[in-house]
Amino acid sequence: MPSIFRTRVQRAAFHRDHHRQSLLDIYRISSSTSDSRAQTIDDTPADLILTALTPSTPTSSSPSPHSSRLYSSSTEVLLGITGKDFTIVAASKAAMRGATILKASDDKTRALNSHSLMAFSGEAGDTIQFAEYIQANIQLYSMRNAMDLSPSATANFVRGELARALRSRKPYTVNLLLGGYDQITDKPSLYWIDYLASLAPLPYAAHGYAQYYCLSILDKHHHPDITFEQGMKILRMCTDELKRRLPVDFKGVLVKVITKDGIREEEYADDHSVACP
Amino acid sequence: MSRRYDSRTTIFSPEGRLYQVEYALEAISHAGTALGILAQDGIVLAAERKVTSKLLEQDTSAEKLYILNDNMICAVAGMTADANILINYARQAAQRYLLTYNEDIPCEQLVRRLCDLKQGYTQHGGLRPFGVSFIYAGWDPQRQFQLYQSNPSGNYGGWKATSVGANNASAQSLLKQDYKEEYDLKEACGLAVKVLSKTMDSTKLSSEKIEFATVGRTKNGKIYHHLWGADEIDALLKEHGLAKAEDTEMSET
Repeated sequence: MPSIFRTRVQRAAFHRDHHRQSLLDIYRISSSTSDSRAQTIDDTPADLILTALTPSTPTSSSPSPHSSRLYSSSTEVLLGITGKDFTIVAASKAAMRGATILKASDDKTRALNSHSLMAFSGEAGDTIQFAEYIQANIQLYSMRNAMDLSPSATANFVRGELARALRSRKPYTVNLLLGGYDQITDKPSLYWIDYLASLAPLPYAAHGYAQYYCLSILDKHHHPDITFEQGMKILRMCTDELKRRLPVDFKGVLVKVITKDGIREEEYADDHSVACP
Repeated sequence: MSRRYDSRTTIFSPEGRLYQVEYALEAISHAGTALGILAQDGIVLAAERKVTSKLLEQDTSAEKLYILNDNMICAVAGMTADANILINYARQAAQRYLLTYNEDIPCEQLVRRLCDLKQGYTQHGGLRPFGVSFIYAGWDPQRQFQLYQSNPSGNYGGWKATSVGANNASAQSLLKQDYKEEYDLKEACGLAVKVLSKTMDSTKLSSEKIEFATVGRTKNGKIYHHLWGADEIDALLKEHGLAKAEDTEMSET
């Protein structure tokens, strides 16, 4: 396995130098060598530190497929907030590989159809592979049936696919937030799905370390009837707190909003500095 | 000579027809009538029962009306044995959809699944087509109450009121005459028995001769389907003055 590892590093380094190059290649490389996971963990010091930080899952000495490669996803930020007539989904813009930031304008979201958006974090190769697989299937459904799948049906489908993969030889280690707007019931929705295929419909949600900092803020300030402006204000409180307390720079967040009119990207300034006591 | 294009379902005749499919349609036009009427607040399905005998266990054998899932039912005209296969397939498809999406299958999708299967038997050779036409009644959140009809060729369409089986031409023209879009479920039931009484051989109906089912909405907004019991059918017939007189009932059969 060391030979594969060496080539992977070399090729990753190559792409880092040519950072205009699409990140997709790196995803492809990492997913093609993902069988060597167990070895790569031991070889990267930064990984080791972060692994220690992660609440440990019971692991055997064998390279169990979901043994805790989620450390990097813990520093990735996924946030979701619903309100009266909208769902906000925010995802950190840093593409990380171990202790290195490869890109500061990463988009960790995919639009599944006109009114549902999936944000993802986790193993670099798995995330894009899984998200685009789901995206393709949801779009196929729209084409075949001349109607879009509702957000709740989408969430259950995604959960099912993740659960099926979980019991296969190579599961996806992907955490997801699914924001949507149900055009029939005229209600916004948000679904929290983790890599063990748990599904929870929630008014607000977060993945990774962001949970520890943001859920308390959301508990205090969120209300089902908040307006979009209030929602953005709460999001600002959350990202400021993350800037203040999270030990890594996640390069700000990309904000997308789902309303009855569809999905749009929301301008979000994150270059100001936040004072820490 | 005519046998040349009859023996296989998948061979076109020189006029571009599939005889086996047309024979299947013909077989259905001898089966008991079934009809469906779409109302503002629900749908009614009614069907004529052909096999009536005093010895037949009435309440255990639904002959023509079946439940497909929580918000869909169907009426059958044609070979009941063939229908059983298709109904089983439809129920499985509906449950599989429920399992994947945690949501009931949209009506049209279920109809299309069945019709795709039916179509397959008109193209991939060796077997005869299914000798059944269906009338489907259902509800889904996208398109509310819906009524569909399908035939052995695998064609289907959405209807406001329709009929299949024996005398379906006269039933159809009666429906065309009397159907009103603003009908509620109760009025639709009235129209259904009226049409059936005119298309069936015997003028006086009874609960032994017909089956009845409705899809509707309860007061608190929940969708229900209901296969009517004998007493409910008799009450409806009495209300519309179509019930058989009590004393003649025994001597006639």
